[in-house]
Parts: sequence; C-alpha cells; structure tokens
Amino acid sequence: MSIGHTLLGLLESGPRHGYDLKRAFDEKFGHDRPLHYGQVYSTMSRLLKNGLVEVDGIESGGGPERKRYAITDAGITDVEQWLATPEKPEPYLQSTLYTKIVLALLTHRDAADILDTQRAEHLRSMRILTDRKRRGDLADQLICDHALFHLEADLRWLELAAARLDKLKAAVHT
Amino acid sequence: MNAPGGSLLVAEGLRKAYGPTMALDGAEFSIHPGEVVAVMGPSGSGKSTLLHCLAGIVTPDSGSIMYDGQDLATMSDAQRSRLRRSDFGFVFQFGQLVPELTCVENVALPLRLNGAPRKQAERTALEWMQRLEVDDLGRKRPGEVSGGQGQRVAVARSLVTDPRVLFADEPTGALDSLNGERVMELLTEAARSANAAVVLVTHEARVAAYSDREIVVRDGKSRDMERVI
Amino acid sequence: MNLRQWSRDLGLGVRFAFAGGREGWIRAVLTAVGVGLGVAVLLLTTAAPNALEVRHDREQARLDWPFGEPPAKSDRTLLIAQSDTTFRDKDIRGRMLEPEGARAPLPPGLNRFPAKGDMVVSPALKKLLAADDSAPLRERLPYHVVGTIGESGLVGSQELAYYSGATGLTPHVNGAVVNRLETFGDPNPSQEKTDPVLLLLILVVIVVLLMPVAVFIAAAVRFGGERRDRRLAALRLIGSDGRMTRRIAAGEAMAGSLLGLVLGTVFFLAGRQAAGTVEVVGVSVWPSYLNPSPALAALVVLAVPTAAVLVTLFALRGVVIEPLGVVRAAKPARRRLWWRLLLPLGGVAMLYPMIGQGHAGGDFNQYLVSGGVILILVGITALLPWLVEAVVGRLGSGGVAWQLAVRRLQLSSGTAARMVNGIAVAVAGAIALQMLFAGVDGDYTKATGQDVSRAQMQVRVPDGAPLGPTALKFADTKAVRKVTALWEGYLGDSSWKSQDGPQTLGALAVGECPALRELAKLPSCKDGDTFVLDGGGTSNDGPILNKPGRKLYFEQSSDDHSADVLWTVPPGVKKAHSVKGLTDWERDGFLMTPSALPKAAEKRVSGEIYLSIDESVPDAYEYARNTAFRVDPLSQPMNWTATRSDTKFSSIRTGLLVGAAGVLALIGASLLVSQLEQLRERRKLLSSLVAFGTRRRTLGLSVLWQTAIPIVLGLVLAATVGITLGAVLLRMTDTPVDVDWASVLAMTGIGAGVVLVVTLLSLPPLLRLLRPDGLRTE
Repeated sequence: MSIGHTLLGLLESGPRHGYDLKRAFDEKFGHDRPLHYGQVYSTMSRLLKNGLVEVDGIESGGGPERKRYAITDAGITDVEQWLATPEKPEPYLQSTLYTKIVLALLTHRDAADILDTQRAEHLRSMRILTDRKRRGDLADQLICDHALFHLEADLRWLELAAARLDKLKAAVHT
Repeated sequence: MNAPGGSLLVAEGLRKAYGPTMALDGAEFSIHPGEVVAVMGPSGSGKSTLLHCLAGIVTPDSGSIMYDGQDLATMSDAQRSRLRRSDFGFVFQFGQLVPELTCVENVALPLRLNGAPRKQAERTALEWMQRLEVDDLGRKRPGEVSGGQGQRVAVARSLVTDPRVLFADEPTGALDSLNGERVMELLTEAARSANAAVVLVTHEARVAAYSDREIVVRDGKSRDMERVI
Repeated sequence: MNLRQWSRDLGLGVRFAFAGGREGWIRAVLTAVGVGLGVAVLLLTTAAPNALEVRHDREQARLDWPFGEPPAKSDRTLLIAQSDTTFRDKDIRGRMLEPEGARAPLPPGLNRFPAKGDMVVSPALKKLLAADDSAPLRERLPYHVVGTIGESGLVGSQELAYYSGATGLTPHVNGAVVNRLETFGDPNPSQEKTDPVLLLLILVVIVVLLMPVAVFIAAAVRFGGERRDRRLAALRLIGSDGRMTRRIAAGEAMAGSLLGLVLGTVFFLAGRQAAGTVEVVGVSVWPSYLNPSPALAALVVLAVPTAAVLVTLFALRGVVIEPLGVVRAAKPARRRLWWRLLLPLGGVAMLYPMIGQGHAGGDFNQYLVSGGVILILVGITALLPWLVEAVVGRLGSGGVAWQLAVRRLQLSSGTAARMVNGIAVAVAGAIALQMLFAGVDGDYTKATGQDVSRAQMQVRVPDGAPLGPTALKFADTKAVRKVTALWEGYLGDSSWKSQDGPQTLGALAVGECPALRELAKLPSCKDGDTFVLDGGGTSNDGPILNKPGRKLYFEQSSDDHSADVLWTVPPGVKKAHSVKGLTDWERDGFLMTPSALPKAAEKRVSGEIYLSIDESVPDAYEYARNTAFRVDPLSQPMNWTATRSDTKFSSIRTGLLVGAAGVLALIGASLLVSQLEQLRERRKLLSSLVAFGTRRRTLGLSVLWQTAIPIVLGLVLAATVGITLGAVLLRMTDTPVDVDWASVLAMTGIGAGVVLVVTLLSLPPLLRLLRPDGLRTE
C-alpha cells in the first residue's frame, strides 16, 4: 500500500496537521499496523520536496511545532492517477509451499503432512479473522473478508494439491 | 473405552458400507458441550454418513458411539428416535421445512412431537424466531420466504427444543456467502449461548472457520486437525 | 404450425414419457396401468351386451318345451323330464332323457344319450360332486358320470347341470314337467322387448359404471404432474415456446395412454379368461361370450388417447410454463359454488319431465336419461373440490398428524378431491341404483305367501304314490322335525269340462286330524268328518258351496277326458275357523278326513307333504331333498322363502355388483398409485422429519387423515347426491320414494373400506421411504 498516496488522498478533503493525518489514517486503514509519527513526518517531507503538498501554516506554542499541510494541484493530479491505475494482480506463481512439497516428495518425506499442517494453520488464521469480523464494524468485516477469501483460496489449493499428491509424486520422480 | 475428558459425544472405529461402497472406514469423533466442530472433506468422503451415524439416524456396521454414557449403536430405533427428539437438533441443506405448514408451525413441530400443546409450542417457537430475526415470517409458508430466511427458520427449529447437540449438514450449501455467513453467525451464537455442541458438516472453509475445531474425513477415515500441529 | 412440427413435438413427448431413467419408466408404467385398467373395464362393458345376448341365445336354444302342438311318439321324439334340484344354496339344472327312437334330438352340448343310470354333467357339477363335503349330493345323484356337457349346452362356465338317462317316462308326459320333443329350442326365438323401467335400469347401470372409469382415466394421466412440469420448464429454458411444450406434454400423455391401450387389451383378455372361472350371484359366463362389438372397441381405441390428451391440456390451462419454473396462475381463485351447482340441477331438470312415465305405458328418452344421470354424477366431481376446499379451510387444530394432514389438504385441496372423485361418483351411482332396485323390486318380486316359520319345505307326492308311506319316509329322514301330509284339490260348482268351467270353487284338503288342525281350529275331529272353512273372512266360497245335497265336481285337467267325479255335500258338515298355518294365507273351502273322501276321487287330488326342518343340523335341507329325489326325481321340493325375485332383475343386479366391485377395486388401485407417487416426491422431507425424531406412527396417521378427510367428505356428498338421484329415478318409475339406508351404509362402507385398504397398503412403502437413506445426497 502506498502510504504517500493515502496521506495525499486524506489531505484532499482539507488541510490537516501531521498528527491529525496519522489519526485519520489509523482510524480508517491502520487496523493492523498504526503509523509511526516518524513515518508521517518523513513521508510529508518527501511530498513537500516533490511539490505535491505545501505548508499551509505553522502553529507554535505549548507543544511541539505543528505544521499544517495542504494538497497542491499537482498532488491532486497524482492521487487521481494512482486511483485510476489498476493494481497488478498478484500472480502467486512462485509459491513457497509448492517448493516445500516438491522437496518433501524428492526427499521421500511425508508431503501430505506438510499440506495438513499448513491447512490447520490456515484455518486457525481464518478462525481468528472470523472472530474479529464478528466483533468488528463494517470496515473490519470488509478487510477481514478480503483476507478470508485469500486464505480460502489457499486452502482450496491445499485440498487440490492433497488430492493430486500421487500424480505429483509420479511426475517428480521421473 | 476412555472418552477424552468431558466429551459429550464420542465415536470410535466407525465402519459403514452402503453396498460395495465403504462410506466410513474406522472414523473417530468427539465433541465437548458448547463446542463447534467442523467436519470437512471432499464430496463422497463419508462426512454426511459420519453425521448420520453420530446423530443415530443410521447405525454403523461396527464401532461405538457414546452419548451421555449410552451407546447409540446398540439402541433400538424407537430409543434413538426419542433421543433425536429430545436431545438433538438438525439443520439440513434443503428439503427440511414442511411446505404445507407455516413457518411458526414448522419451528414448533419438534416441540409438538414431544407432546407440547400447540399454543405453548408456537409461543416458544416465536421466541426462537425472534432470536434468528425471522419472527415477522411466522404466518408465511416456506415457499413464500427467501432461501436465507428459510434456513434461519430451520435453525430456529433445530434449536427450539434446547438440544444438547446440533447437527448441521451443509446448512449454508444453498445460500450465497452473505446469507450463509449470517446464518452461520446466528447459528453459532445461539448454540454457544445455549451451550449446545454443534457438529457442522461443510465443504466450505469459510463456514468451517466458525468452528472451534476441525475434523477432515478422507476415504472414510477421519483426521483431527488439532493433533496435526 | 404444420403437421411435421406437430408430429415432431408429440414424438418428443412420447420419448420423454419413457426416457428419464427408472423414474420415467415407473411413471409411464403407472399411467399405462391406470389407463389400461380403465380400458379393460370399458372393453368389458362393451362386451357385456354381447354376453347377455349369447346367454339369451343359448338359453333359447336349449328350451325343452314343444312349441305348438305336442308331437306324437315317433323314432324322432325324445321324452325329457325336469329333475332340477338344489344343493345348499345352488340350483342345479337337471333333465332326464329317454329317447324314443334312433333319431331323437340330442340336447345342445351332448354327443350321445346317457343310458339309464348314467349322466352327463357340466364341468362345475363334476367338480362339486367330487368335493369332499358333497356326500349328500352324491347320494342324490347316484348316476355314473359318463361325460361332460359341452360349452354350447351351458349358459355359463359355472352352471351346475346334468342330463341323466331314464326309462319309463311315458306315463308321466303331462306338458309341464315331462315333455315329448322333436326338437330343442324355440323355432321362433323371442326378441325380448325391454320394458321402459328395465331400459332405465340398464341405462343407469351403464352410466354409473362408466362415469367413475372416465373420472379415473382423467386422474391417471395426471400422475407425476409436478415432475413433468419441471421437465417442461427445462425445455422452455432451452428455447421451446409455450405451444411446443403443451404439444410435448400432450405427447407424453398420449404415450402413456397408448401403452395403456395395449395393457388394457391384455387386462381385458386376462379378465375375460378369469371371468370364466368365477360365478357371482349364480351367474357365470364363458370367456367366448365376452367379445366386444368391433364398433365399440374401435371407439374405445380412439377415445381413450384423445381423452388423455384433452385432459392433459385442460390440466395445463391454469399453468404458465416459464423457462425458470412453472407458475400456477398466482393463487387460484376461490372456488365458486354457483356454476358447480348448475350441473346437478341441470341433470335434475333433464330428468324432471319424465317423472311418472314408468307406469303410464310411456317410455323414457334414452338421451335425456343418460344425459341427466351423467350431469348429476359429473356434478359430484364439480362440487367435491369446492366442498373439500370449504371444509378443510375451516378445520381446526389437533395433533401433529392431524395438523400435517389438514395443512397439506389446505394447500392442495384440488389434488385431494381429484383422488376421491372416482369413489364418490361410483358410490353415488351405486346408492341411486340400489334405491331404484329396492323400490322397483316391489313390483317385480312376487310374494310367495308362504310362512317360513311352520314349514320350510313342500314336496309334491308323485301321481300314484301312496301318501302315508311317503310321509313316513320323510318322517324317518334326518333333520326333519315334523311332517304334515295332505291331499289337495279343488271342488267346483259345475263340470270342469264345460265351456267356462266352474263359476265358484273351493279348495279341498284331505288329511288325518292332526294335519287338518294345522289348517283350522277344529271343534272336534274323528275319521269321517268333513269341515267347511270360513276363509278367515276373506273368502265366502266354502259356506256358499256348503248346501247339503249339492253336487260338487272334483278338479280335472283340461286334457283329461274321463268322466266327472262328483261329491254330494253331506248334512252335518262342521264349521271351522281357518288359521294361517302351514301357509301364509287362510284357506277356504273344505277339509276332509281320509274316509270322507270318495274312493273315485283319490286320483283327482294330489299329495303334498309339508316339512318342518331342524335348521340347526348341518345340511339340514339336503337330507329331505335326497328323500324327495329318491321318492321321485321329478318331485322338485320347494323351499319356502319370503320372496322370489324376477330373474331379469337379479341378472342386472348381478351386473351392478360385479361392476361396482370392479370399479372400486380399480379406483382403490389408482388411489394407491397416486398416494405412493406423492410419498416418493416427498421422500427427502419425510427423511428429514424422521431425522429429527418424528414417530413413524405420526407420519402414518397423517397419511391416513390426509386420505380419510376427503374421503369422508366425498362419501357424504356421494350419499346426498345418490339419494337425490335415487329419489328422482324412483319418481320417474312412479314408485314411492323410500331411502334404503342399509344400502347407503353398505356402499359408503365399501368406499371407506377401500380407503382403509389403500392406506394400509401404502404404509409398508412409506416405512421403506422413511429409512435414513433418503437423506443421502448424490
């Protein structure tokens, strides 16, 4: 995820302090990992340097110095471009798991065990996500669902692979 | 035979053949009160047969099924029927609601089979329908409600007798994922609050994720996935 | 829309009827069996008139009376004597044959005359004689069996008949029991003119039998309707239009009915063969009698598939077949009563003008009669769905079984009514007919006026046999409690040979004092006394003739040309009050003790022996009959029964009973078939009900209620309509209306019995369906 583009997008609704930006980000997208303030600061410096934001004003007194950032026209164009560009679908062509299975087969280890262990681990994750989804709000549900669908896809692959282990074994040893 | 401590329903060495096909070939199972156990596996692996054996609907060719200190495999048909009426609840994929009865009559049916008077049974039924958010469908017939609603009515019916074990065979099989998840949520929540054990047969991982534990059935043999890791 | 398209669509339907794996086959065969049974009944019905005709012809061909002048004895004549007898409740036709020359006529079915002491018997009699418990019959017919009577000599396969050889019949020739014949049969066979009442009865019987069959066929072609609807929807999905699907549906129905025609022919041939082995109420037929007339058979062949197709299209009229499923015209409109009432009312209106026509020498318009009866009966099929819907909608709560049944009926009351329609129509028709018979019976059944309580059997002593010793023979017979022997004759006021015969005549009974006391209250009695009877106040002929010195003439038959035998009324004839004794009526005329009878008059009176039988002895009557037969095979003992029904009516009644039994069995079969079909379609549901612990008893009971509720309604309606129709028909024959509650109960009872049997028969398959295998998903 591009933090720069996300922060730019948040600025589009109006100028904000750096601390406000961090709070808004955490609230909407940072369920897993809240941003460090330092991350916000370095990202904003980079955006300033590229002319995508400008400093709208500085508040001082009391606490630390607080800069207010505003988005520039170039910044708006940049957000627009980012949103319009489709993400490259993850091809998952190089799978660690596949490598593990083939190696297990080559070394006459139990590949089915590897698959089952992985399966149990996947389902454990899915249970946690499901549980979180049940407690969470709509945003939680959507995010968890995204992960759950991915995990489910993996799990289906595990099932398919398990069903085809014998064929794979024959293919690996020829 | 030693049941794992505190288990409500324990099966060991289950074998069942339908003609030449071996549906179960030494399957095992156990479940605690209040626990949700998913039974997964490819089609034809024997997971439905396992559920039917556990619920006392069919008798296994060999093996034991201990429920509350009694072996289902040696009980008479009438005894097993009585047990199913009083202690078990059932949800199937489809074909379970009596099309001629209204929804509330369908939910009240198990209570009435146990001899409850009609008015009282329908009052209890309506309470359960409220918990599953379908109490407004009471006077409709199953043919007049959507699949998801019908399935919730079926869940209400399975829980109306306060069963100790709830058997669910692909309860979301005929539903889309949104409706399916809602049904699963309501089902597990209701079962947990009633401290009922749930045996959940499914081939969908996302449905199985509502469980506490998973058993995989392959070629009539069961595998407890907790012991894998 | 051209012919090719039509035939292509119909052909596709025919293929669908038999495709679709086991399910498809079962469905097609069920339909075919249903239609086949209907066709078989139709063919039997078309064959019935022919069978009656053949029976009539055979009967005519073996008539053994000399029509016209009795022939003189020659080498072409045969003496034949009626020696009929009765064994238990079966009548046996018996004839004694004495050919008087080489060219004597052989009776039909015989190829040579049996010698004296031999007999030729019908196959059924041969079997009866051989039975273990037929010893009394073997004793009665001690002849040596030398052959069997051929089919041409019998009117039915189960007829009991024999021809025995005899000698010495010549003196007995009297034009009644013993005849001299040159040929058998009536040279001018009668063409019976049916009277209007009889015609009415036959018409109603045919309509009553055919209506349920029609209703039945209509139901049969709709077997498996739901599955078919789904298939048609699938056809719409792949692009066939509404008309095409209807044609395909028609093709399916046609396939079933065509197969049904084949099966029906097979059933008919089998039934025809089976019909030869059964006897109902004394009537049996030979298979060869049951040949349907070609025109009627052709009509059946054309009408049945056409009707099947029309019914299917009619059933589909309220159905819109969409690609994604079948939509029944929303919620079907509430059934309205008014037009349904029009049908039976219309029927009554058609019959109304004919009220009272039965006895005024008038006759009935066949079309109005048939039309009226059909409308009234069809009215049942229109009223029943309304009635079921109206009643079931108001039924309250009850147990689970009751609730399941009532709710199911509320949702599909039409199906339920359809299943019962046939039975309701059959029962209504049968009730009406029974009433008609019971009412008309009064006219056609003659009271025989014999009192069953004092004497149960009467034997005429043959001419020339001594009365006393004959009576003793009966007295010695097992199971005979009391014997009353009397000579009976008539006394007239002038010669019996005169132009007009006597104007006033009195009966005469001669016997010992105890026997006479059976007939009248005698002040005193000793041998030589004569009494005159007051006739119980109904006849004064005795006192009129009782003028001392008056000469009275003993009865003499018209061809007896011997001199008159006279009796002069002596002085001092005692008066006596006659009582209902041996007979149900009070005698008039004179009583004499034996020595008061002039010697010359002994040949002018005939001996009658009245027997009181101890009925508690098994086969009580058979011993007395055996004695009678030993005394004289021609004596023909009579059982005294209250009434004797006209043979014409008993044969129609027989037809009705056979038909009603057949139709009800047929409908029972169709009920069972559709019941099973319904159960199979609900297999999954039933299994899941069992899974959550429903008792099998509960499900069985709900099946019973589900059948019983519409049946009860159907029977109530049937009884109402039946009684109404019966009343109208009775009014038409000008007979007082009298509801025969016994037969109403009997017919509704039979209908209810059919339901019970069907439910019982559907229980084993239900229990099989309830096995948990039903839950398995493939």
